[in-house]
Amino acid sequence: MSEYILEMHNVTKDFPGVRALENVSLNVRKGEIYSICGENGAGKSTLMSIISGVFPKGTYEGRIILKGKETHYHSVKDSERDGLAIIHQELALSPYLPIYENIFLGHMKTNLGIINWNYYIKESQKYLQRVGLKENPATIVSKIGVGKQQLVEIARALSKKAEILILDEPTSSLNDEDSEKLLQLIIELKNHGITCIMISHKLNEILEIADRVSVLRDGKLISTYDVKNDNIHEAQLIKDMVGRDLTTRFPERKTKPGEIVMEVKNWSVYHPDYHSIKVIDDASFYVRSGEIVAFCGPMGAGRTELMMSIYGKSYGSRSEGELYLFGKKVELHSPREAIAAGLGYLSEDRKNLGLILIQDVKTNISLSSLQKLSHLGIVDGQQEITEAERFKEELKIKTPSIMQLTRNLSGGNQQKVALSRCLLADPEIFIIDEPTRGIDVGAKLEIYHILTNIVERGKSIILVTSELPEALGLANRIYVMNEGRIKGMLHQEEATQEKIMHIALLD
Amino acid sequence: MNNTQEKRIKPQRRIRFNFRNYSMIFMLVLIMIVFAVLTDGVNLNSRNFTNIIIQNSYILILAVGMVLVIIVGNIDLSVGSVVAFIGAISAMLYNSGANMFLTVFLSILVGIVVGMFQGMWIAYAKIPAFIVTLAGMMLFRGLTYIITNVSPIAMKDDNFKQMASGMVNIDALTIGNVYYTAIIIGALVCISYIISETLSRRNKIKYGFEVSSKNAFIFKLVIICAFIMGLSQRFATYRGIPTVVVVLGVTILLFSFLTNNTVIGRYIYAVGGNARSAKLSGINSEFVVFIVHVIMGGLCGLAAIVFTGYMNSALPQAGVNFELDAISACFIGGASTSGGIGTVIGAIVGGFVMAAINNGMSLKNIAAAWQYVVKALVLLLAVFYDIYTRRKSGLG
Repeated sequence: MSEYILEMHNVTKDFPGVRALENVSLNVRKGEIYSICGENGAGKSTLMSIISGVFPKGTYEGRIILKGKETHYHSVKDSERDGLAIIHQELALSPYLPIYENIFLGHMKTNLGIINWNYYIKESQKYLQRVGLKENPATIVSKIGVGKQQLVEIARALSKKAEILILDEPTSSLNDEDSEKLLQLIIELKNHGITCIMISHKLNEILEIADRVSVLRDGKLISTYDVKNDNIHEAQLIKDMVGRDLTTRFPERKTKPGEIVMEVKNWSVYHPDYHSIKVIDDASFYVRSGEIVAFCGPMGAGRTELMMSIYGKSYGSRSEGELYLFGKKVELHSPREAIAAGLGYLSEDRKNLGLILIQDVKTNISLSSLQKLSHLGIVDGQQEITEAERFKEELKIKTPSIMQLTRNLSGGNQQKVALSRCLLADPEIFIIDEPTRGIDVGAKLEIYHILTNIVERGKSIILVTSELPEALGLANRIYVMNEGRIKGMLHQEEATQEKIMHIALLD
Repeated sequence: MNNTQEKRIKPQRRIRFNFRNYSMIFMLVLIMIVFAVLTDGVNLNSRNFTNIIIQNSYILILAVGMVLVIIVGNIDLSVGSVVAFIGAISAMLYNSGANMFLTVFLSILVGIVVGMFQGMWIAYAKIPAFIVTLAGMMLFRGLTYIITNVSPIAMKDDNFKQMASGMVNIDALTIGNVYYTAIIIGALVCISYIISETLSRRNKIKYGFEVSSKNAFIFKLVIICAFIMGLSQRFATYRGIPTVVVVLGVTILLFSFLTNNTVIGRYIYAVGGNARSAKLSGINSEFVVFIVHVIMGGLCGLAAIVFTGYMNSALPQAGVNFELDAISACFIGGASTSGGIGTVIGAIVGGFVMAAINNGMSLKNIAAAWQYVVKALVLLLAVFYDIYTRRKSGLG
């Protein structure tokens, strides 16, 4: 048997229109901590889904060899049988069941269909001790914090006799203290012979505990380092993660930003379910007229949460801080009030929060502006059609007619419909969240032109984006966020991908 | 787009499109023809035709409100009990000396208050409509028993009955046994329909929008006018246009207009189609849900008047299973259980499908037990057909 417990040979995975992974080969030694890092969309999670059988054999090319045998997994169940356990970023516990039941859920042995609960309660204590969680096993999972829930997940993996543990961003939702505990636990597990593969954004954590680290970028394996022998630094990893050219050309802009139109001071937002957790901590920023301000940061940095909270308290249980629009202090309690105050919001989740997919293009475009398009509560159908046709022309929405249902449109055209709704409502300040996610390059360019047109008319845009080139090419200023805080701000002239990553990932 | 030329949809696509939209109407016609053959045409005679409408008018009024509730994504199980409750109140009001107009006004007002009560729990306290209206179903049945002492309240005179089974006629226009008022009203409705459709079509062409071909347009006008004139001829040869048809017609027109042409109507579809998106688009979705339940309450009040008039007394057991008939009508008429899809006209057609089956089987002396079985199958198959065709055409 070779020295490797897990080998990946030339793994390639295609999604419609996108190559998520290209010829990736990795080898993991038994009993090591192996870390994989990369930007959003670099292919890390896809790779883990392939290893664990979320994408069954046949949906990808290449070979996976586990403990010397090639795998043919049909589902996650198969990989679990071979001692592989994956712990996802979003925890998969059943919130209203007790800890012990969660630990053994799905792999309980029964006696003629009857479960011996007392046995399992006792068993669970053994695993809780191993992960260092001092809680009564009968405690309901939703009553314990996220950090402890993570430990329950690991206890669950151990109870399945896992030999390889895959952890997807394990510390992304933990505070410093819990993170440190978790990292110590991972080292502890390693000492007991368990192999850990850890996906992480936090370079300091990687360098602290990992034996080896690989960098993925755009679905390709860029580099692999031995952390101790190669004397590797964070700067090198960042360089490998972003080293890509600006291939898209961004439209030129002739206008200069004017007065400050929006200012947010010391804005904090609390989690919608766990009322004591701060999702956004003390954020302050401003926006000028005729300006594009980008918000960058890794997934889960809190960008969308911050924007939705400002947009009429659409996120979070409560918020603190001050919001000034056009020099006046305002309190916005609903999206309705936000729109009236001159804000417009385009959601990143256009299918669930943006469009009404079972309705046609015209109805979707007019939705936010029906008050304007009506007299005495009766909609002026003719004017509505005229406006919809105007946007179809201006934004080049490819649809046979404005009566087409939006669900039948492609992603880029759906996005244009959502943008049209925003434009027709004619706000002064647009909050635009991930406008180019999941759409092709051509449509992206058209959207960049639309955004440029908006600011040339003296309006402002807050652009939330995960694509750094987009932020660099479009924005006058870039705010960098991570872990719910605004970590820094860069002007267009000084901003580079490296600098952004440095601010986001380093303290 | 500035070209003023008429654009035609490819004929092949258009026919399929039409068929799906009107399939339930074809279904209704088919059912009528089948029973016409089975009953030697009795189901189509003037008297029976008038009776079908009178006997089902209160269900159809409820279906108009119910379809709004279903479009917004909710359900209302309480309508039967609310009808009984308001029916009892209206009888007591009328018997205590209130005039007809005041009784109708107050009954609808009580319905609106009931709707506000339930709507408040649903929209603002965020309790599922199923639970709130299930509670309402028990609550208003109980209240009905309390205020009626579980015994029927007879009306003090026959004036109330006019509302449900009376006719609208101008005596001078009645020649022999034919009530020409019906024919004249039918003709007026046809003319205004043709004028409004033509104007709207001309307007669309002027702005360069897609319209159906001229032949298809004329075909549609002829069919609908023939239907209206056929109906008025039936009425004219029995006893004239029933008052309740006028009430029902106004209700349908009003709420068709509300759903298609008003801001609140659009908001109802938007909230039902995607509540979170609607909210982020600046719609006060709580208020929209609230107002829909208020409308349902008001229509319960109207249905209660019609039903009490039809029975000429208020019964403590009135309205049992009305909610099921109204809900069935909506789903047969193409409403979607997940909200966002449905039309007032569809619900009315669905109601008539059920009514035609009921009536036809009654004429054939088929036991009520079997009528339930047949109606159940019709509901299942109609909704199956709807979901199946919708999935195939990518509509839902």
